[in-house]
Amino acid sequence: MVEAYLRQSPLSQLALPSRIAAEHGNTGVTMAERQFRRIVNLRGNPKSEEFTKAVKSVLGADPPLMPNSVNTGKDITLLWLGPDEWWIITDADTAPVADKLREALAGQHAVVTDVGEGYTCIAASGASAADTLAKGCTLDFHDSVFAPGSCAQSDMAKAVVVFHRLEADKPSFEIYVRSSFAEYLWRWIENAAEEYGVAVTQ
Amino acid sequence: MPARFRLTQGGLIDRSKPVSFQFNGKVYLGFEGDTLASALIANGVHLVGRSFKYHRPRGIMSAGAEEANALIQVGEGARSDPNLRATQIELVDGLVASSQNCWPSVEFDVSIVNNFASRLLPSGFYYKTFMWPASFWMTYESAIRKAAGLGKAPEGPDPDSYDKTFAHCDVLVVGAGPSGLTAALSAGRAGARVILAEQDNALGGDLLSEADAEIQGQPALEWVEGARAELEGLENVRILTRTQCYGYFDHNFIGLMQNLTDHLPQNAKPASLPRHRLWKLRAKQVLLATGAIERPLVFSDNDRPGIMLASACRTYVNRYGVKPGKKAVIFTNNDGAYAAALDLHKAGIHVAAIVDLRSDPEGPMTEQAREAGLRILGNHAVIATAGDKRVKAVLVAPLSEDGEKVYGGGEKIDCDLVAVSGGWNPTVHLHSQSRGKIVFDDDYACFVPGTPAQESVTAGACSGNFGLGACLTQGHDAGIATAAKTGFKAKGRKRAPPKAEDRNFLPARWMWLVPGDKPLGHGGKHFVDVQNDVTAADLHLALREGYRSIEHVKRYTTTGMGTDQGKTSNVNAIGIVAGHFGCPIPNVGVTTFRPPYTPVTFGVFAGRDVGDLLDPVRKTPMHALHEHAGAAFEDVGQWKRPWYFPIAGEDMHQAVNREVKACRDSLGVMDASTLGKIDIQGKDAAEFLNRIYTNAWSQLKVGACRYGLMLGEDGMVMDDGVTSRLGENHFLMTTTTGNAAPVLGHLEEYLQTEWPELEVYLTSVTEQFATISLAGPNARNLLAELTDIDLSAEAFPFMTLREGTAAGIPARVFRISFTGDLSYEINVPASYGAALWQTVMTAGEKYGITPYGTEAMHVLRAEKGFIIVGQETDGSVTPFDLGMDWIVSKKKDFVGRRSLFRADMSKDDRKQLVGLLTDVPEQVLPEGAQLVEKVEDKPPMKMLGHVTSSYHSPNVGRSIAMALIKGGRARMGSKLYAPLADGKVVTCTVTGVVFYDKEGERTRG
Amino acid sequence: MLEINCPYCGPRFETEFSYGGEAHIERPKDSENLTDEQWGDYVFMNSNTKGVFLERWVHTSGCRRWFNVARDTVSYQILAVYETGAKPPKLDLRNDV
Repeated sequence: MVEAYLRQSPLSQLALPSRIAAEHGNTGVTMAERQFRRIVNLRGNPKSEEFTKAVKSVLGADPPLMPNSVNTGKDITLLWLGPDEWWIITDADTAPVADKLREALAGQHAVVTDVGEGYTCIAASGASAADTLAKGCTLDFHDSVFAPGSCAQSDMAKAVVVFHRLEADKPSFEIYVRSSFAEYLWRWIENAAEEYGVAVTQ
Repeated sequence: MPARFRLTQGGLIDRSKPVSFQFNGKVYLGFEGDTLASALIANGVHLVGRSFKYHRPRGIMSAGAEEANALIQVGEGARSDPNLRATQIELVDGLVASSQNCWPSVEFDVSIVNNFASRLLPSGFYYKTFMWPASFWMTYESAIRKAAGLGKAPEGPDPDSYDKTFAHCDVLVVGAGPSGLTAALSAGRAGARVILAEQDNALGGDLLSEADAEIQGQPALEWVEGARAELEGLENVRILTRTQCYGYFDHNFIGLMQNLTDHLPQNAKPASLPRHRLWKLRAKQVLLATGAIERPLVFSDNDRPGIMLASACRTYVNRYGVKPGKKAVIFTNNDGAYAAALDLHKAGIHVAAIVDLRSDPEGPMTEQAREAGLRILGNHAVIATAGDKRVKAVLVAPLSEDGEKVYGGGEKIDCDLVAVSGGWNPTVHLHSQSRGKIVFDDDYACFVPGTPAQESVTAGACSGNFGLGACLTQGHDAGIATAAKTGFKAKGRKRAPPKAEDRNFLPARWMWLVPGDKPLGHGGKHFVDVQNDVTAADLHLALREGYRSIEHVKRYTTTGMGTDQGKTSNVNAIGIVAGHFGCPIPNVGVTTFRPPYTPVTFGVFAGRDVGDLLDPVRKTPMHALHEHAGAAFEDVGQWKRPWYFPIAGEDMHQAVNREVKACRDSLGVMDASTLGKIDIQGKDAAEFLNRIYTNAWSQLKVGACRYGLMLGEDGMVMDDGVTSRLGENHFLMTTTTGNAAPVLGHLEEYLQTEWPELEVYLTSVTEQFATISLAGPNARNLLAELTDIDLSAEAFPFMTLREGTAAGIPARVFRISFTGDLSYEINVPASYGAALWQTVMTAGEKYGITPYGTEAMHVLRAEKGFIIVGQETDGSVTPFDLGMDWIVSKKKDFVGRRSLFRADMSKDDRKQLVGLLTDVPEQVLPEGAQLVEKVEDKPPMKMLGHVTSSYHSPNVGRSIAMALIKGGRARMGSKLYAPLADGKVVTCTVTGVVFYDKEGERTRG
Repeated sequence: MLEINCPYCGPRFETEFSYGGEAHIERPKDSENLTDEQWGDYVFMNSNTKGVFLERWVHTSGCRRWFNVARDTVSYQILAVYETGAKPPKLDLRNDV
């Protein structure tokens, strides 16, 4: 395998590490890039027990069946994307699961595709995170509608994105965006957050 | 020194905070809490503008959003807004405002001649006079616009920032008057997410203009203050002041514009705060508590400065502590205006007379005025007014019993203020915009909301409920009801609505057109719509000319149009039309109120989507390297693609020639990452491709690639690209850059809606890979240094793919070619794209590796006669037209197949793709040039088709071109002509489309 | 701006969707046997209904699934959403136009 340091994230040109600042009191939104996550796109029939069993055997978690819901396992997050589509997200240093899944699902009408190289993840959190995202997205980010621990696909500004709202004390969102849109979207969100005070964090 | 017309006490202004401002170049002082209008009136300035058509002097006629006269230009240079209503502009230190629609000054306006020539300017004058000849209209229009004057555009790019946001709530309450406040309170207490939007800077609505109203036994504004405090304490309630709800659209989608910084002095505006914010709100329930607007009376010369709505007089006295005049005449048809008379009287303004159209004036306020000893003239009308830049007298005369005529020469009463009331119109604009019907209320002679068309209700004066107590109760109940509809039931014991006295403005005598002492249109103008300068005579003229529908009358006379949308004029116009026909008002109908309720700043619609953020700029993983290499970029959809890579001193032509030659002579490298890539898997994947592409896919071997052509169901070419078989049930399709998303959409549509039985899944992997294309005779030599894949022609033939590594990075390598030369496309995980590019560039130095852009690629493929979808095709071109019969299978069905065999498709004169060689080899045809067989002296000429691609080809050593020509393939060898716009004619010969390496040796070697 | 209740993701703004024209038009399997006119009808001709119209939408920015909508083209009211391939629901059409 080639040296990992040769990898570049889609936001590498923004030199975010050099901008990381300590959070100060009047910062309404903090932003960070969560780079190099592995994302596996999983398709299959959730009504098939054979399918759900095989998925659980590999991931230790069921594919979430409720719309816009999230299941988590050990070092693994599963997002519901559609009635027969999920994302399996792991960190760069976690062992890849795609091949194991393919093996377990062999012979079934199910498909496992690596897609993580095509995305990056922008984290936005803080008291004004929801107000910031509402500027570019038609979704209702209120706790009662977009609860912590759920996800949704939508548009943010002029990019198609996947939102994951984390279970956290303060509003915390992770926004998955196609790499080619990442710089645009980062700058858009940062601009939208300006009136609340915005800082780049780890 | 306080201004001359400022009361020494009272009002909601802060006399300890003077504010300096400029109007028409003069400096004045006002107080914090003033509007521009109230501060001007305090300084005795009533003349603030000239009318739209006749340039008549105009003053402030209201105290709110309905102001149709005092349209003001605010600001200077780039920060300048036209058409703002002086009555809504909050006074701020350093404000610079000026009258619009007058030249050279408001005091002396040369266009006033229009007023004296007004017999020549009846309604429809512009239509009638300036329509012909049509080509002159442009000239007329600019002159008319200058004379009409609708304010000035800013002189530079707007330096301010604007924001827009989506929002959601359970209950939107529009208007924070008494009914809006109780509605927001009861909905908020129940737990619903409430947004309370108020156009004013303070809550209270009409209560802000009342001197002595009481709620729950306390002064009304104290109650308002309590309500505000409670609402602000509720986490689920958001109060938006200075926020105009300007539009009500489908499915309870509401547009609101919030003013965030206009009321702050320039140096006190927080830099990070946008100027205005657009709220794009979806509300589960909408509660309209928008109040009512007082209706003027239509009488002779009713437009002079100093003539204003009676309620506005109350607002100026009670809210702003200013005297709108020294000597007032009240002109009314109802009891309500007597409250204004009393307030003026109390403020020390001499009330010279109350002229009442009612024969026996009566009512609670009338009685109070009588007790106060005010002079009341029942069954009287104002039949004329005098005064140029300010009203100075009215002529008053008794009415005939039927109200059609007046008697006698009249009594002249001196005054500098006429307070007018013709009743009240509920503000039904938003209800009407929501497509709710409005119905006529005979008792109150106004239109009130009918059945809502959406999830909305109205409360208070907006619904025709004019008593304060009734408004409080209705708002309270509506708040409970709407919250309950969104799932929030009121908790605890039932609360009673706050109590207040109920009093409305009845009894009244309705009279839509007050007679003068002369016939209509002969001396004296009865203005109906002061913003658009439409008079009662104009309406009568339109009716005499045969207009019947109120919608047509509106457009012909322009009444109720423009930024004002007829807030004070619509109902009077309808009443006058009904009077003319002698029919009841409901028979006339009503025009539609259109958004926006008041004008909205353009800036908020743009928001932050300006400049760099206007549209996404999509970048490949190697983009920064291309920038560093000095590439010129081309927009391909939202992508930036390197167009060409100029080196020192080169122009585009030189750079492209160098790149094109390098790809044939040694080695070129291109970033092809933007090509669409779709992963297709499932046991029916090959069958799916059979149905989508024109050619057959079942027999394609694993590890092999094939070119495919995709049609729409109409048989026209939609996209093309190479698809590779990665496994028995696994394909990777490539699409053109611009079509990646539409093609995936096309495939999903057929898969989901027509062939759900096929076991196939599609996944976009466009951005999973960075793609580097090596092209040229040295491509193999270079790649051999970087990969563990056996590149020999036998092990890795043309149109196959292999997996291995490239520069140590896991890679898929495709031996495919769009240049017609030995070529490899290397796909690596996107995050390694930049690393691979750098490695390739370094290792390729010995071959003079040359990065090439889209322009060189276009030349290279044109040398080989390869089409580009969207260039050689335009949605009307079939595979047969392109001479690609070889790719159309005759053995299977596919999308678009049946269309190919329609009779029209086999016509001899269809446009077919051919090559063109200019007689003069150096001459390059312009793309898009039309081709003819015979050149005429001038157009029209019989056109045979057009040039689709045209380049100078350094490898062929001359210009080459492709064209779509009627019956083109039968014209091989014949001459065609391209007559160009500059008069030159280019002669060319029709040829085949392959100009270089016709046998394809170079690709396969 | 319509609000469309995606049968999979829930209510979303119209901007997340793309329109797909009239629903329940099946692609002919025996196109060989159709006249040019019959085929042309299939490709090009759609109803232009005033009132309740059964139409297709796809949740482009969401789950990318196609589905059907019963929408009143006069009031823009959406009366039902249902999955592709399902029969249209029984609707009381009397009050809809």
